[in-house]
Amino acid sequence: MDIYKDLIKKAAQIRREVIDIVYRSGAGHVGGSLSETDILVALYYKILNIDPQNPEWPERDRFILSKGHSVDAYYCVLADRGFFDKNELLTYSQFGSKLIGHPNRQVPGVEMNTGALGHGLSIGVGMALAAKMDHKNYRVFVLMGDGELAEGSVWEAAMAASHYRLDNLVAIVDRNSLQISGKTEDVMALEPLQEKWKSFGWKVSVINGHDIPSICDALSEDKKVAGVPSMVIAETVKGKGVSFMENDPKWHHGVMSEEEYRKACAELDRMLEVLS
Amino acid sequence: MNKIHNRQVVCETLMELAKEDRDIVVLCSDSRGSASMKPFAEKYPGQFIEVGIAEQNIVGIAAGLAASGKKPFVASLACFLTARAAEQIKVDVSYSKTNVKLLGISAGISYGALGMSHHSLQDIALIRAIPNILIVVPADRFETRLATEAAARYDGPVYMRLGRNPVEDVYTSSDYEFQLGRAITMRDGDSLSIITFGETVRIALDAAELMAARGINCRVINMHTIKPLDEECIIRAAKETGAILTIEEHSILGGFGAAVAEVVVQNYPVSMKIMGIPDEPAVPGKSKEVFAYYGISPENLCDEAEKLIKKKKAGE
Ligand SMILES: Cc1ncc(C[n+]2csc(CCOP(=O)(O)OP(=O)(O)O)c2C)c(N)n1
Repeated sequence: MDIYKDLIKKAAQIRREVIDIVYRSGAGHVGGSLSETDILVALYYKILNIDPQNPEWPERDRFILSKGHSVDAYYCVLADRGFFDKNELLTYSQFGSKLIGHPNRQVPGVEMNTGALGHGLSIGVGMALAAKMDHKNYRVFVLMGDGELAEGSVWEAAMAASHYRLDNLVAIVDRNSLQISGKTEDVMALEPLQEKWKSFGWKVSVINGHDIPSICDALSEDKKVAGVPSMVIAETVKGKGVSFMENDPKWHHGVMSEEEYRKACAELDRMLEVLS
Repeated sequence: MNKIHNRQVVCETLMELAKEDRDIVVLCSDSRGSASMKPFAEKYPGQFIEVGIAEQNIVGIAAGLAASGKKPFVASLACFLTARAAEQIKVDVSYSKTNVKLLGISAGISYGALGMSHHSLQDIALIRAIPNILIVVPADRFETRLATEAAARYDGPVYMRLGRNPVEDVYTSSDYEFQLGRAITMRDGDSLSIITFGETVRIALDAAELMAARGINCRVINMHTIKPLDEECIIRAAKETGAILTIEEHSILGGFGAAVAEVVVQNYPVSMKIMGIPDEPAVPGKSKEVFAYYGISPENLCDEAEKLIKKKKAGE
């Protein structure tokens, strides 16, 4: 059980680092980064079979951040896992830095350049197909935004994944129910979301995307059903962990004032204290 | 100097037009904030359509609306609108000649630090190769108003390209003759011509000012309509100034400079220099940093102008 306690603490620490790099650079997508943090932590500290010292290890599990704008939390996790020096985070979004506003392959650990929404799942299908062709056992994980699901290419990929029986493919939707312009259900309704994916031939589970044990459980290899791709709908809160950001679309790419920054830090520091 | 977002001016102008014309419809793809279209969406909910993050869908829907008598204005991020929906633009808009206005928001390197996925440095090349579509890029708020009104009046497809950052004025009022397809000479001169459009008009004017101090008499032409080009104006510039420098916030491949060169080479060949983003993923950074990195600054333009004039003299 201790492992989960550590992961919960790790997530709080990552959130704290996200706040730091976003504040310092005056850029970033803080809302979606805070909603996905627990998912990234579960993946990078428990689920993914990877070797940060050898990022190109052929047998590694693959992860694609399809919602590439939420790169802040991703960079913090990659640095914390040792893919690159944490000091580099200080250069986030500055001229000449590798750590630009969307994932790119100059950054060790990043598999694919993303930023245009609706590409990740097709790429994941390609990687999962390659694993099958090469008789390899690695799994492919793709994290998408819920607003992103309005892109038609997502559904083309969904069709292909079940057609090719890609049981080595796991898609996760960060279901924070917000996009830039407001609630997903007002902008472009997605519900009934579970049924949509089921009807496309996927195994679907719906979980609390902030409950790390549930995330780990849903993503574990033994949940896999032979011949069927998996969709995990992770219900989350945009801006999770910082009270004034939670559920407010303004924080999709909001920039903090100094006072807001202090408040966010204080809240997360308190959480870290409680956890230690 | 006054600085304002051109996209805000588009929204204001469309709100005025929509009051009189119930057929005007604005479409957004989770982009009403980025496109400054919130006031329109709030004031005219019956003339506003949200499609979510779906650029192919938005163009197809606009084509359907246009084919049914509406006047759709699609306000979506330039990078995704043009590249992602290229086929919808080619087939549903161009081929079927539907009266769709495409507003490409935050074009060029407006989203500098977000990287290549968000840079729109191929849109002119892409749209230019598609028949039947006008390409218009206003330089400041006055021109944005006139261009929006002209696009609304024009019966056919238009791609209007807009930047993200607030820009300085290059005009003092909207009280001048704006005509689609007719370039505007902002400053006269006979040593060389700088031909450009959009946000770089300001840089060209500043460069011309510096050049004047160095004794170079530079003509500055604002080619707000990139398609169709004002060929007559380009040929005149070639004849009268003997050297042409083009500037574009776009890849130098297949873009504006290339279009001007096609006219120059086939009509009145003179020395030319095409300034823009070279054939590489542009360095990420703030617009100013990226421009400086690629030499698009008044100081460097002066140096380029001097080289060009030397070449012209050597050729004589
Ligand atoms: C193809 C494409 N269209 C538009 C955008 C601009 N954009 C960036 S983030 C975003 C909203 C994303 O919402 P969602 O997928 O729900 O992500 P989250 O709420 O988790 O941040 C949009 C429209 C983009 N990056 N790519």
